[in-house]
Order: sequence, then structure tokens, then C-alpha cells
Amino acid sequence: MMFDVVVEVRLRAGIADPQGATIERALPALGFDGVTGVSVGKSIRFSLQAADESAAHAVITDLCHRFLTNPVIEDSEISLHPAEVAAH
Amino acid sequence: MATNVAVIRFPGTNCEFDVVEVVQQLGAQAQIVFHDEPSLGSADAVVIAGGFAHGDYLRPGAIARFSPVMEAVASFAQSGGPVVGICNGFQVLTEANLLPGALQKNAGLKFRCGFTELRVENSNSVLTSEAQVGDILSIPINHFEGNYTCSSETLAELQGEDRVLFRYVTNPNGSVDDIAGICNEGRNVVGLMPHPERACHDLLGSRDGIVLMSSLLRAAGLNAGVPN
Repeated sequence: MMFDVVVEVRLRAGIADPQGATIERALPALGFDGVTGVSVGKSIRFSLQAADESAAHAVITDLCHRFLTNPVIEDSEISLHPAEVAAH
Repeated sequence: MATNVAVIRFPGTNCEFDVVEVVQQLGAQAQIVFHDEPSLGSADAVVIAGGFAHGDYLRPGAIARFSPVMEAVASFAQSGGPVVGICNGFQVLTEANLLPGALQKNAGLKFRCGFTELRVENSNSVLTSEAQVGDILSIPINHFEGNYTCSSETLAELQGEDRVLFRYVTNPNGSVDDIAGICNEGRNVVGLMPHPERACHDLLGSRDGIVLMSSLLRAAGLNAGVPN
């Protein structure tokens, strides 16, 4: 099966996020009041061939741990769904 | 035979020639080893030079750790050989799990470029053996992601085992506990954000890096003759 995958990488709780803090500080100057808790991460998209959803999940978890994130400072959230088959 | 230092170059490394220059100035030999080499040749010490290995894509050092040469560096380190990662090289060593912790974006999102004062905290390592504890060295930094961070357990371990080798006198980047450089348990693998190779000549504004680079060459000399 082919899966469409989105991995969201974000800084772990307690790790300083200077990009998020800078964006948050800039917002009032643009007239956006009341925005709090800004954080900046990455989103990584790819397709994956795997036997089934749990096999796909296992591969992506391993990939996240060993490559896509640095576990010292980052967490990831995986979402995947079967790729849409092109109509014939 | 003269002491030989392998200087690792990834695509995007840009400080390798500065390291070669200093090694030769101090009377040893240096060879540049490209990242796709599976072997270090007859190296007595390894320097992972600064720059932007593989463009720093994904994270600094994240892709470099999978370069073939890193397996050779890891086994060289495992066998006790002296390995020093400078700036981007420090980032590569943390990503390769040869040193603990991580380097994240500087506090305040400032790219820091200029001389900093470093305090030598420990002289028991391959990079600090000829320095004195308490020495203040003037060494330049040049980085955006030099903000050292680690878990509180790791920090306690680094402090308890005297593995913090350098602290900034004035913290330029938000590093936890003002840490500028650390070593591994064996004290043969060292990572630091400042560039000692850029502080080895009067024309560059400081000679304070010499004591560190000659410590490394001494360690390399002791390592010479040990098969690796």
C-alpha cells in the first residue's frame, strides 16, 4: 500500500523557541493583539510504500527518531493516510 | 614519522584550510579527508572543521553524520584517538552521538561573529592539556546555532565528571551553564563552538588558539604508533 505521510517536527516542551518568540513579539506592531503561544516547527511530507498502516507507522517512527528529529530538542507527530489512487 | 592530522571535509565545510595551516605552522602534517572516504588513512588525530556540512539542511550535522567517513571517525574515537569538532564539527559530533546534547538556534536569533573570551575549566582533555584551568582565551565565534542545550541529567553528568572544558565569560548565545565546549567520558572527543584555528597568528588578532591546537598535536603524538 502507498501512504501519504506528514511529519510535524516541533521543539520539545521547555526548549527555548527564539523564532516563535520573535514572531509573537512582532505581532502587536502589525495590529494582531491577543496572539500567544507562538511556536515554529517544520512539516515534512512524503509518500511511503508499506504492507499496512502499522508497518508504515513503525518505519516512520524509526525514521523520525534516527533522522528527521533530534530527540534531545525535538518531538514529532506523525499523520498518515492511504494515498488516493488515481482514477483510470 | 611526523604526526598526521586528518581534517574532515564535507560538502559545505569551509574552515578546513585554516586548520591545515595551523597544523603545519605547529610542525605537523595535515591531510584533508573528504566525507565519502571510508578510511582516515594513517591519522593520529581528527579535526572536523567548521562550515555548513551538506548545507546544514534539516539540522546542522543531521545529514553529515551519515557520511561514510563518520563510521571511520566513530571507530577512531572508540579506540581512544583524539577527535575535535570545531563549530559545525561540534554540531556533527552531537548528531553522531559522539558527544551528548544539541546545539540550537542562538537566543535572540542573532548570528554571532566576533571575538569571545573563554575560560578554560579543565585541562584534562586532548584539547586542553597544555592550558591552565582559569586561563582566559580570546577566540572568535561565528555561528547561528551554537546555543548548547541538554537534559538536566546530562548537564549534571557533564558538571560532575568535569567534562565542561570551556565556558564563555559573557554568554553570547544562550548556552546552558555558559558552556562553550565539552568532552566525552574518555576525554578524547572534544566539541567546541569557538574557532581556535582562527586565533593562531598575530595577524588574526589573537594567538590564544595555539595552546589548544598544540595540546591536540601532543595528544596526536602520543596516539601515533598506536594502530588504528
